[in-house]
Amino acid sequence: MPYNIVALLKRVPDTESKITLRDNAVVTEGLNFVLDPYGEYGLEKALQLVEQHGGKVTAVLCGPADAKETIRKALAVGADDAVHLSDPAFEGGDAAATARVLAAALKQIPFDLIWSGKQAVDQDNAQVPERVAELLDLPHVNSVIEFTLAADGKTARCVREVDGERDVMTTTLPAIFTAQQGLGELRYPSLKGIMGAKKKPITDWNAAALGLDVAAVGAAGAKFQVIQLEPPPARPPGKIIPGDAQTAAQELARLLHEESKII
Amino acid sequence: MDFTLTEEQGAIRDLARAFAQKEIAPYAADWDRTHEFPAHVYEKMGAQGLMGLPFPEAYGGAGADAIATALAIEEISKADGSIGLTYAAHMGLGAAPIFLFGNEEQKREWLAPLAQGKGLGALSLTEPSGGSDLAGSVKTTARLDGDEWVLNGSKLYVTSGKVARSIIVLCRTAENQGHRGLSLIIVPHGAPGLMIGKLESKMGLHTSLTTQVFFEECRVPRENLLGEAGQGFRYTMQVLDGGRIGIGAMALGLGEAALDASVKYAQQREAFGKPIAEFQAIQHMLADSAMELEAARLLIYKAAALKQQGKKFSVEAAQAKLFATEAADRVCWKAIQIHGGAGYLTDFPVERYYRDNRLLLIGEGTSEVQRMIIARDLLANAYE
Ligand SMILES: Cc1cc2nc3c(=O)[nH]c(=O)nc-3n(C[C@H](O)[C@H](O)[C@H](O)COP(=O)(O)OP(=O)(O)OC[C@H]3O[C@@H](n4cnc5c(N)ncnc54)[C@H](O)[C@@H]3O)c2cc1C
Repeated sequence: MPYNIVALLKRVPDTESKITLRDNAVVTEGLNFVLDPYGEYGLEKALQLVEQHGGKVTAVLCGPADAKETIRKALAVGADDAVHLSDPAFEGGDAAATARVLAAALKQIPFDLIWSGKQAVDQDNAQVPERVAELLDLPHVNSVIEFTLAADGKTARCVREVDGERDVMTTTLPAIFTAQQGLGELRYPSLKGIMGAKKKPITDWNAAALGLDVAAVGAAGAKFQVIQLEPPPARPPGKIIPGDAQTAAQELARLLHEESKII
Repeated sequence: MDFTLTEEQGAIRDLARAFAQKEIAPYAADWDRTHEFPAHVYEKMGAQGLMGLPFPEAYGGAGADAIATALAIEEISKADGSIGLTYAAHMGLGAAPIFLFGNEEQKREWLAPLAQGKGLGALSLTEPSGGSDLAGSVKTTARLDGDEWVLNGSKLYVTSGKVARSIIVLCRTAENQGHRGLSLIIVPHGAPGLMIGKLESKMGLHTSLTTQVFFEECRVPRENLLGEAGQGFRYTMQVLDGGRIGIGAMALGLGEAALDASVKYAQQREAFGKPIAEFQAIQHMLADSAMELEAARLLIYKAAALKQQGKKFSVEAAQAKLFATEAADRVCWKAIQIHGGAGYLTDFPVERYYRDNRLLLIGEGTSEVQRMIIARDLLANAYE
């Protein structure tokens, strides 16, 4: 049976870009943006499920007006349509405020299941999909590495990795699942996909369209405040221990014991 | 003037880069050593839609523009020069003439399979008697015999000639008419009388299959003539204009790879108690390389933009090809210098970039020929 699948996606700076900070925020000017890799794993699974069972994939992304280019990356790999949640009022939100926006949008989109990344690589919050699940009163399985739908189309079986063990869970649909590395890398777009992405529909919704109170979203609705943002300290350079194998090993053991106190 | 790529151009570059870095770059050194032809890479590139990048969707191409095509060649070449050349020659030499001068039937039969990645294309111009002066050197003949062309002669240095689905051959269809006696004829793989000679052993570009090709009473259907008889030379010049953008893009990719490796090495390698990147002599080499590659990039993209707009771009393509290939030669030379002894070893990639790039100052018109084209235009316009 066909499924309507929503893939929640986030636009994040390319993990290879040099991040600079100004006024406790990341300077976005000149940054190259990509789809968050965890969200990509979820999108890949969504595409595979639709290939197997039929249906459609809707990409949903909450981000600034210029995030369209990133959304089209999802359309280029095969999402059927997209929803862009964008409003100046959404900006500066914390996980709770963003979850409110997403939940409001998901009330307007028919779905059987939702995929999201387990976290996004920019802020590593790992909260938004869980909060969306709460707001929509949906079951939720996080950090999924294997996923199958039951033949009746009403339940899903998920495998998670917990402390080296495999944790198997089943849930009824509709539900929210978050993707962990190992679920599967996102395919490349085909050239046809790239050239066709512009022709696929992107629906724009702002706060008014979603009937959202602007005081409850974005910076205004955030309970969480960034006091200070600073780059991590530079890693000290590695140490090369000279000498033959025996003396080097002795010295290594001494350093591990006395300096880093690991052994 | 806006120097930003369009979204599609950016997406195509990203795809080519991701593909090249994952499927090609990790194996390039091995292939260079074993000379093993990575057929599966071209299959994957075909499945991705890369092999028919600039050709219309109606023939299974992607309908991308000339800048996007240059970007894809650049990214593929950055990972592996041999694949870059095979790819650039496939599109720019093997397929482009059919797109430009073929009739509808020829496009369906010969362009579509190439655009869909179901085979490689080749173009055979150069002969033992010379490549720079094609009008004076081409001795291979084709005569009409009933419904067939009958080809006789021999060709040199045909890129992908050994495996190509089709080879477009520049041959003489009328005697004593100089360049007006030349025509382009499509010769399919396995045509009776087509013989593929030995693979050439080369300085670099080891998995690009360069072969001699012989025609002995080689018969192909009359319909395989591209465009009009006697127009082959003019067609060839037009094809080479486009091909040169591809060769420039290849050089740019190899140069970028060499510079990336140089920057990385210069920051890691220490001498006299500090990273060599802190020495001004090294910094100057890096700075010059970065600047030259940027200039090459602008020349290439400009020529591609003119081509896309349907404007004249011969001189711009010659300038782009000449500058980019010679700049990349200097950049690769410096990359080896910055690596010191390590740069001369095959353990590091820079000597491969240097060897692979060296052909680019020769193929599709030597540097001297490019200068001739540029100077001729300059002088002709000066007298107007
Ligand atoms: C790896 C490889 C792949 C190739 N792939 C193809 C291919 O796919 N198809 C194809 O048809 N050919 C191909 N070629 C051939 C290539 O295009 C020719 O080698 C090139 O055009 C030069 O021709 P030539 O070798 O005959 O040199 P020549 O024409 O003999 O030139 C020798 C030297 O004389 C110089 N010279 C010639 N005329 C002048 C002049 N008027 N003024 C100043 N200097 C001059 C040249 O610049 C050069 O330095 C390939 C060659 C190689 C090595």
